[in-house]
Amino acid sequence: MHEVSLCRGLLSLIEEHAAAQGVARVKSVVLEVGALAGVELEALRFAFDVVMKDTLADGAALEINTVPGQAQCGGCGQTVAIERRFDPCPLCGGQLLDIVAGDELRLYELEVV
Amino acid sequence: MCSDCGCGTDEITIDGRLHAHAVPEASRRLRVEVDLLAKNNAYAARNRTRFAEQGVLALNLMSSPGSGKTSLLARSIADLKNQYPITVIEGDQQTARDAERIRATGVAAVQINTGKGCHLDAHMVGHALDDLPLSAGSVLFIENVGNLVCPAAFDLGEAHKVVILSVTEGEDKPLKYPDMFHAADLMLLNKIDLLPYLQFDVEQCIAYARQVNPRLEVIQLSATQGAGLAQWYQWLAQRIVHASHSVEA
Repeated sequence: MHEVSLCRGLLSLIEEHAAAQGVARVKSVVLEVGALAGVELEALRFAFDVVMKDTLADGAALEINTVPGQAQCGGCGQTVAIERRFDPCPLCGGQLLDIVAGDELRLYELEVV
Repeated sequence: MCSDCGCGTDEITIDGRLHAHAVPEASRRLRVEVDLLAKNNAYAARNRTRFAEQGVLALNLMSSPGSGKTSLLARSIADLKNQYPITVIEGDQQTARDAERIRATGVAAVQINTGKGCHLDAHMVGHALDDLPLSAGSVLFIENVGNLVCPAAFDLGEAHKVVILSVTEGEDKPLKYPDMFHAADLMLLNKIDLLPYLQFDVEQCIAYARQVNPRLEVIQLSATQGAGLAQWYQWLAQRIVHASHSVEA
């Protein structure tokens, strides 16, 4: 969803950090994207190349570290792995899951020159 | 030996000088660790503070196009404008038609056109607030761009996200667009006057929605025929009072 606007936000973060650190060019961008973040990775890669064109990150490599979904079950109290937001608890079948990992959408690191 | 061109570095001179060799640029890694939505979230927090200080209940209304958001809004305003001050932010890609429709009901409305954008963000809303007469005990309806996907991720600073689903859509929409139904606090199931003409399983739809979000409240209503509106107005009244009290505390 909205991968282009995410990349525009990403670009403004990159520009901000680049200005503060005297960076001329960005060679690679490392993102952390959770499995439950609602981001289509292919669309994100496509949008990334388009949005970064003619900027200091033009041609930068995009590295995506995916974070698996994890939730704490309100029923049995266990921390469980989930693949989708509305999956029931695989242990007790409970529906009251609080997501503890997997909705990340973060700029983790930049490789710059 | 020069690794760029293979010359023995001392052997070849140009105009008496050694030729220039590119020095490989030293790259370094910057640890950033910032949320991609951090900027939006910071603007949203600013809006939220503003609403709290002014005692305004702000609601973010979201749905697919054609669910009857604007009709529901126009009807709600007509019924409630003598009880509460109401203001409206309208989000659409193009045209000021919705804001004009709302202004015709006699309340202040600002139109945001997002152009190619598929959702409102907190920064746009912050600017729109400057043009609205916000007051304690009032309600601000923010009608988001018709889209069940993107607006879910963008906090505007609202007290509650309200998703509107009409019975002319599929009952499995909550499963198809789980992020939206997960993010919402209230689902308004609209156009229930049309149920006799449709194959729409209300109970199944609500079950799907609660599968995605067990805490979701649901009100069934018809913006045109009036069924269920009293329950919606009661839901609003409780929250308007709560928002206006927080400013006195």
